[in-house]
Amino acid sequence: MPEGIFCNKKPVETEEELTALLGDTSGTQYYKEMKELDVDSKLLWTTIQNTCKSRIRTWLEICAHCGMCADSCFLYLVNDRDPKQVPAYKIQSTLGEIVKRKGKVDNEFMRMAMETAWAKCTCCNRCGMYCPHGIDMGIMFGYLRGLLYQQGFVPWEMKIGAGMHRVYRAQMDVSEEEFVETFQWMVEEYEDDYVGLTVPVDVENADIMYTVNAREVKHYPEDLAEAAILFHAAGENWTIPSKGWELTSLAMFAGDWAACKMQVESVYEAMERLKPKRMIGTECGHAHRATVVEGPYWAGRKDGRPPVESIHYIEWLAEALREGKLKIDPSKRIKQPVTLQDSCNYVRNHGLRETAREIVSYIVEPGYFRDMSPRKEHNFCCGGGGGFNGIGLFRPQRNKGLITKRDQIIATGAELVLAPCHNCWDAIRDLEEEYEIGIKWSFLKPLVISMLELPDHMKPEE
Amino acid sequence: MYEFITGFMFWLSLGVCLAGMLIRTVLYFRGLAWNLDRVAYKAYPKDGFNGAMRSIYKWLLPFGTHGWRKQPFMTVIFFCFHIGAVIVPLFLVAHNLFLEKKTGLSLFTINNSVADFLTWLVVASAILIVLRRIALPEVRIMTTWYDYLIILISVLPFITGLMARYEVGNYNFWLLAHILSGEILLLAIPFTKLSHVFLFFASRAQLGMDYGIKRGGLKGTKMAW
Repeated sequence: MPEGIFCNKKPVETEEELTALLGDTSGTQYYKEMKELDVDSKLLWTTIQNTCKSRIRTWLEICAHCGMCADSCFLYLVNDRDPKQVPAYKIQSTLGEIVKRKGKVDNEFMRMAMETAWAKCTCCNRCGMYCPHGIDMGIMFGYLRGLLYQQGFVPWEMKIGAGMHRVYRAQMDVSEEEFVETFQWMVEEYEDDYVGLTVPVDVENADIMYTVNAREVKHYPEDLAEAAILFHAAGENWTIPSKGWELTSLAMFAGDWAACKMQVESVYEAMERLKPKRMIGTECGHAHRATVVEGPYWAGRKDGRPPVESIHYIEWLAEALREGKLKIDPSKRIKQPVTLQDSCNYVRNHGLRETAREIVSYIVEPGYFRDMSPRKEHNFCCGGGGGFNGIGLFRPQRNKGLITKRDQIIATGAELVLAPCHNCWDAIRDLEEEYEIGIKWSFLKPLVISMLELPDHMKPEE
Repeated sequence: MYEFITGFMFWLSLGVCLAGMLIRTVLYFRGLAWNLDRVAYKAYPKDGFNGAMRSIYKWLLPFGTHGWRKQPFMTVIFFCFHIGAVIVPLFLVAHNLFLEKKTGLSLFTINNSVADFLTWLVVASAILIVLRRIALPEVRIMTTWYDYLIILISVLPFITGLMARYEVGNYNFWLLAHILSGEILLLAIPFTKLSHVFLFFASRAQLGMDYGIKRGGLKGTKMAW
């Protein structure tokens, strides 16, 4: 059987298809069909010829097989130094082989490549910093994911995720109305405690256009209210777009480049429609990378930048604290051992290695901050990046992967982990559930609110 | 025989090597695609250039990066091998006498005892590099006969050079073997993994541009790998 009902080469384009695919619980039938899925070798090879240019070809060619990348990979370290987890081996035995065989690979090979691309690499790009030749295997795995997606060899949840973006321009089934209504409802909920709290929708020429992660709308709506509180307290002139509000991109994890383009263009259209001075995205790592770092290229923007200056939430927060727009009550600062999870997607991949530390200097009592080792751009992935958190089929591998972060956190002696990234936050929650090391974890918004000196106009009357 | 390999063969191998390196370097940079690589190379030439230079410079420095510092043994044998492998062929007195006779040009030369020392260092490091390949499972799993062939091609001119230098057995035989193995090395450079002698700079420059432009460079963050 070449193309399955669920597992095939066609992306999910409609709500009906999405519902049907979601109905196949855990992808049972999907993965069964995958075993029969044909490989279109001709398409594979044509795609490679059109898109695999000198950078990746040279990387594959000059890799000296020196193994210096081995120690850089947390999945190698945590899997008892299994040589099959060496980054160079992983990419040479998958993408390298596909190129060498000019796309003539079989179904079994593609399923092995799928497992390697999604369960043995989180595209954290750490290995690229440890290769003398500057070979970034994370980038190559991203590329390989695209080839696998095109052929239908993609984990069930990733196909759904990419489909969500195609259908809803959001990673979950959240419509534009639901987004705005949820935001308004949350703001109303908090109105009594924070006088004058509002959510300006579709205001043109605002200073800030705020974008979020659909998970916040669906599962953590208080995060929306928290963002409103902080913008309001800082006296910002801000707005949310009713359309183009989703910052994330599961399509990026899936390797569905066409969906990546659709998604990011919806946000850029909002920027062009509302003409804000800046776009600020929520505390999410991959979302920032998708919309701010990679997105401009998917959208064909030659300057590599979004239409308006776009910054991560921690950049805004650091600025607001630095400039005194937000004031912290020193007596309420964190007084317990605390550490920080550097997100690969905006630290290693966008240089924001000092920003969260500046925030720490304002919100943590001196003497309580404990850095992880390694840290900053050398920090290890949380263990759940690149879609790893969300793939049921690879849950055992993911849980094993969490051990690196668990041990890093234990070594700091911290009781609280600051995790200004949805993926990291999830991974740390899961590692606590799995290994029970007795830690708490948090985004920055609720912590800052808990120690905020509210401006008088926001204080409720006694 | 001697005339042939120091005449036609010399010019052929040198010509193929230089032309090959030039062509492949040009093709490399022409093959970079801002949209596929997702790096706006042309939009920020200065940041890209600075990133590229920084990336090359840091990795040319022994222990200059986290990667090198993380693996001191590899770093030492790597640099011992490469320093000798670059300096001796270019700056040996005998090579420059030969070059002057052929082209009328010659380069700066190094003392012969320094050259001896560096050559031994190359051979000794090569042996350690091979042993490392065999000993470490993470290196062994990727190693193929091709990797050993590349090491052999690289180190043969040094071994034969030493044999000729110390006149072990038949000097003329070792001299011919030395020149031939050197020419094989030159011919292999553009067409094998040895292309890293120039593509190292290209590949490092590319990643340096990536970091210098897209991954934090424009934010003023200079990643010191």
